[in-house]
Amino acid sequence: MITLIIGLGVLLLLGILYLIFRLTSLVSLAKDTSRDEDEEEVTSGNSVNAFLFLVFMVVGLGLFFWYSFTHFDSYSPPVASEHGAWTDTLFWITMGVTVVAFTIISIVMFVFTYKFQYRKGRKAKFYPDNHHLELAWTIIPAIVLAVLIFTGLRAWNRITSPASEQAEVIEIIGQQFAWSVRYPGVTDGKLGKYDFRKIDGINEFGLDLSDKNSFDDFKALELHLPKGKEVLLMIRAKDVLHSVYLPHFRVKMDAVPGMPTQFKFIPTKTTEEMRKELGDPNFNYELACAEICGRGHFSMRLPVVVEEVADYEAWKAKQQPWLKLNPDYLSKVPVELRETAIIKAGIPAESVMELPAAATTTMGSH
Amino acid sequence: MATTDIHAAQHVHSHDEHGHDEHHAGNFWTKYIFSEDHKVIAKQYLITGMLWALLGGILSVIFRLQLGFPDMDVSWLRPVLGGWITEDGKLDPEFYLALVTMHGTIMVFFVLTAGLSGTFSNFLIPLQIGARDMASGFMNMLSYWFFFASSVVMFSSLFLSTGPAAGGWTIYPPLSALPQAIQGSGLGMTLWLIAMALFIVSTLLGGINYITTVINLRTRGMSFSRLPLTIWAFFFTAIIGLLSFPVLFAAALLLIFDRSFGTSFYLSDIYIGGEALPNVGGSPILFQHLFWFLGHPEVYIVLLPALGITSEIIATNSRKPIFGYKAMVGSMLFIAILSFVVWAHHMFVTGMNPFLGSIFMLLTLIIAVPSAVKIFNYVTTLWQGNIRFTPAMLFSIGMVSFFLTGGITGIFLGNSAIDIQLHDTYFVVAHFHLVMGSASFFGMLAGIYHWFPKMFGRMMDRRLGYIHFWVTFVGVYLVFFPMHYIGIAGFPRRYYSFTNFDAFSGFSDLNQLVSIAAILTLSAQFIFLFNFVYSIFRGRLAPPNPWKSNTLEWTTPRFPQHGNWPGEIPAVYRWPYDYSKPGAKEDYIPQHIPYSETPESNLPHENELIKLETDQASGHVQEGHRPAH
Repeated sequence: MITLIIGLGVLLLLGILYLIFRLTSLVSLAKDTSRDEDEEEVTSGNSVNAFLFLVFMVVGLGLFFWYSFTHFDSYSPPVASEHGAWTDTLFWITMGVTVVAFTIISIVMFVFTYKFQYRKGRKAKFYPDNHHLELAWTIIPAIVLAVLIFTGLRAWNRITSPASEQAEVIEIIGQQFAWSVRYPGVTDGKLGKYDFRKIDGINEFGLDLSDKNSFDDFKALELHLPKGKEVLLMIRAKDVLHSVYLPHFRVKMDAVPGMPTQFKFIPTKTTEEMRKELGDPNFNYELACAEICGRGHFSMRLPVVVEEVADYEAWKAKQQPWLKLNPDYLSKVPVELRETAIIKAGIPAESVMELPAAATTTMGSH
Repeated sequence: MATTDIHAAQHVHSHDEHGHDEHHAGNFWTKYIFSEDHKVIAKQYLITGMLWALLGGILSVIFRLQLGFPDMDVSWLRPVLGGWITEDGKLDPEFYLALVTMHGTIMVFFVLTAGLSGTFSNFLIPLQIGARDMASGFMNMLSYWFFFASSVVMFSSLFLSTGPAAGGWTIYPPLSALPQAIQGSGLGMTLWLIAMALFIVSTLLGGINYITTVINLRTRGMSFSRLPLTIWAFFFTAIIGLLSFPVLFAAALLLIFDRSFGTSFYLSDIYIGGEALPNVGGSPILFQHLFWFLGHPEVYIVLLPALGITSEIIATNSRKPIFGYKAMVGSMLFIAILSFVVWAHHMFVTGMNPFLGSIFMLLTLIIAVPSAVKIFNYVTTLWQGNIRFTPAMLFSIGMVSFFLTGGITGIFLGNSAIDIQLHDTYFVVAHFHLVMGSASFFGMLAGIYHWFPKMFGRMMDRRLGYIHFWVTFVGVYLVFFPMHYIGIAGFPRRYYSFTNFDAFSGFSDLNQLVSIAAILTLSAQFIFLFNFVYSIFRGRLAPPNPWKSNTLEWTTPRFPQHGNWPGEIPAVYRWPYDYSKPGAKEDYIPQHIPYSETPESNLPHENELIKLETDQASGHVQEGHRPAH
C-alpha cells in the first residue's frame, strides 16, 4: 500500500514538474526574447530565492530548537557510569559552544543573503581583506578549541589510565554473532590463560587448562556488574572485529582478533535503580556490537545486570566453574595439576571416576 | 592560426560557432572516445560520475526503505534484486551490508573523487590558467580509461551471486579477508580490490598531470598569487592524492596477499567456521592505520575542490572579491598539511594506545581553525555584496551551510573522550554526510550549473535549477539532521534493524522521515538530470560570459576546440577577483584586462605595474603556438 502511495506521489510530482517546465518555457517563448541579457539574468526569481533562504533559516532553526527541547528525554540516553557523567558534561558543554556559533553564523549568513540580494544600480563593496578581522576569527576559535581540547584531554587521560589492582576483571569475547563472558572464579579471582588454537565446540574460550587459574573460571550468559566498583573489561575477538558497546555506561572498545583490548569503568546505578529512575519496570542494560562484523551484526545483544556489590558476590558464588560443567576436559589438565583442578572447580567425585585412564597417555604425548 | 587580438576574437566568437566544428581534425573515436582534449575527458568523467551518483543514490534509498519501513514487503524489488529479497519479502541482511558498502565506495571514490576532481580539475585547470591542454594529454586520457576500467570491474561485482563487497567501505580485515565471515568477502571483495587498484592508478595519472600543468603551463602573468581559488584547491587536492593514494594501494596489496597468498599482515589468532586459522602475528590495526592514512586525506580530496569551486562562484555572484584571498589559500594549505596527521582520530576506540589518541585529538581539533576561517570568509564575502542567485550560487550557499552544520559536529567527534560514546553511531553518519558528502555534492552541482555554459555552449534552465536546489537542500537537511538525534541516542550505524535492542527501539518516526526525505531528494535529482540532458541539446545558447566572471575560461569561444583559444593565449594582468572595483565602468574586470586599460579603477600600487605590463607583452610571442596532435 505504502509503495503504491509513494509511486503515485512520485508520478504526480513528476507530472506537475513537467507541466511547470512546459509552461515556463512557453511563457518565455511568448515573451520578447530580445531582452537585455542583464535583465534576463537577474529576474524576480532572485528575490524569491533570497526570501526563501530567510524562511529556511527561521523555520529550520525553529524546528531545531523546538525538537531539541521538547524531545530531550527521547534522545539523551540515561547515564550509569562515573566517566559517562564526565563525557556527557563535555558533550553538553561542546554542544552549548557549537550551537551558539552555529546559530549566530547561520543567522548572519542567511540574513546577508537576504539583505544583500541584487538590486539594480547598486554596486557591491570592494572589500578584499581585513587583517584584524581575519586575525580575530582565527584566534577566537583557536582559544575556544584549546579549552575544549584540554578539558577533553583531561577526561580522556583519566578514562584510559590503568585500572586499579582491585578492579573487577571480566572477559568479553566477541564472535559471529554473540558475546561470551568469562569471569575469574571466586577461589583465585584470576582469569586463566587462553589460546585460540584450543578453541573447540565446547571450549569456547580456548581455555588453556595447563594454567591453574583457569580451573575455576566460569561462563555467564549475562554480564553482571557490581555497582560502585571499578570494572575492567578484558576484550578479545575470535573471528573478525567486533566492538563492545555499552550505551548506558558510555563504554565502547573494539574487540580485535590477536590483540586483546580493555576498558575500565565504574557503574553507578543498579538495574533496579535505573528502572525506578526511568519509571520503566522492564528496563535492562544492554551490550551491543558497534563494529560491522557480518550478517548478524545487528543482533549481537547481551543482557547486562548491575547489582549491589553484595548481590553481585552472591551471584558469582552461585556460578558453576566451566571445568565443573565440562569434566571431560579434565583430561587436558596436566596430571600433576589434576588434583588442584578437581578441588578448585569443585568437581564431584563420580565424574572424576569416569575419567578414562588413557588421559595420562594423552598428556604424555603432549 | 590567426593572432587576433583577444578582445576582437571575443566578439567574433559570440556568434554561432557551430560552423567551425568540422574543420578540426579527428574522427568520432579520437574526438569523443579516446580524446586527449581535457574538456572531453572532463565530460567523460562528469557523465560517468553522474551515472555512479545515480546508482549510489538508488542503493541508499533501497537500504533506507529497510531502515524507515522495516515491516514493508519489498517483494516488488525482486525482479531487480532477485535472491537478495528473502522468502518473506525482506531485504537480506547481508545484502543490506553490501548496499551500505557499495553506497559508500561509490560515493566517496567514484562520484566525489573521480566525478568531482576528475571533472573540474580536468576542465578548469587548463582553461583557468591559460593553457592549451594538460601537460600530457595522453596520460590524461589513460587516467580516464583506467577509471573506466575500474568502474566496469566495480560495477560487475554487483552482479555476483555472492554479492559485492559487504564489509563496509573501509573494508576492515579480518571481515574483508575471510570469505567464511561474510559472502561479500569472496569474489566481490577481490573485484573491489582490483577496481580500487585501477582507480588508484587513474587518480595518480590524473594527479601528476594536474600538478605539472599548474606548475608549468600557466599563461604569461598568471603568477601563483593570481590563480583563481579553484585552481589552488585542485592543486592541493592533487598533491594530497598523490601522497596518500599510494598508501591505500599498499594497504590493498597486503590485503590481497592475506586473502590469496596466505600471508598474515592483518590476520592473527582467528577461529572461524569451526577451525583455527594458521595465521599469527598480523594486526588488523595496521590495516586501519594504512587505510586512514589515505582515508582521512581522502575527505579533503573530496572537500577541497568543492571549497575551491564555491569560493569562485560565491565571489562571482556576490559581485565581490573573495574576502581574504590569501587566508583562503593559506587555510587550504594548512588543511591539506594537517589532513596527513589526523588519521587516527578514526581509531580512538580501536584499542590503539590512548596516548596516541591524545595526540591525534589535539591535531584534529586544530583543523577546525582553518575551517572556521573559511566559513567566516565566505560569509564576509556575502556581506555588502550584490548577490545574484543563480542555481550555482544557491548550491554554493547550500554548500557553506552544510560545511558549517556538518563541520561543527566534528568538534564533538574529534574529542576522544566524547567520541567514545559517539563513535560508530548515527552521529558520525550525520557528520560526514553533511560535511563531506553533501557539501562536496553541492560543490559539484554548483560547478556543473556554473560551468555548463562553457562545457556545452548552452545554458541550463534556471527555474528547474531553483526547484532542484530547494528540494535537494531541504531534503538533505531532513535526511541528515534527524540523524544527529538518533546518534546522540546511541544508535549504532550499519544496523539492519533495531528491533533486537530495547535501547534502540525508538525513533521509528524519525527514521521514516529520513527515508521519505531520502526518496524525495533522490527524485529531485531527476529534475536535474532532465535539465542537464535537455539543455545539452535544447538549452538557450550561452553568451560568451554568462555570469560576468573574471576568469580566463570565459575568453574562449562558445564551443572551444582542442587548444581552447583560436588565437594567442590571453595574458593575465591581475588577480581574478576584481569585482565591483571602485571607479570601474562595469562591476567586473576580467583577468586579461591590463591595468593600462583601467586607469579609472587602479589602486596606487597597480598603477606601478603598468610599466611591467608592456615588458610582459613584448617578450612572449612564441608562446602562442598550438600543441601538436
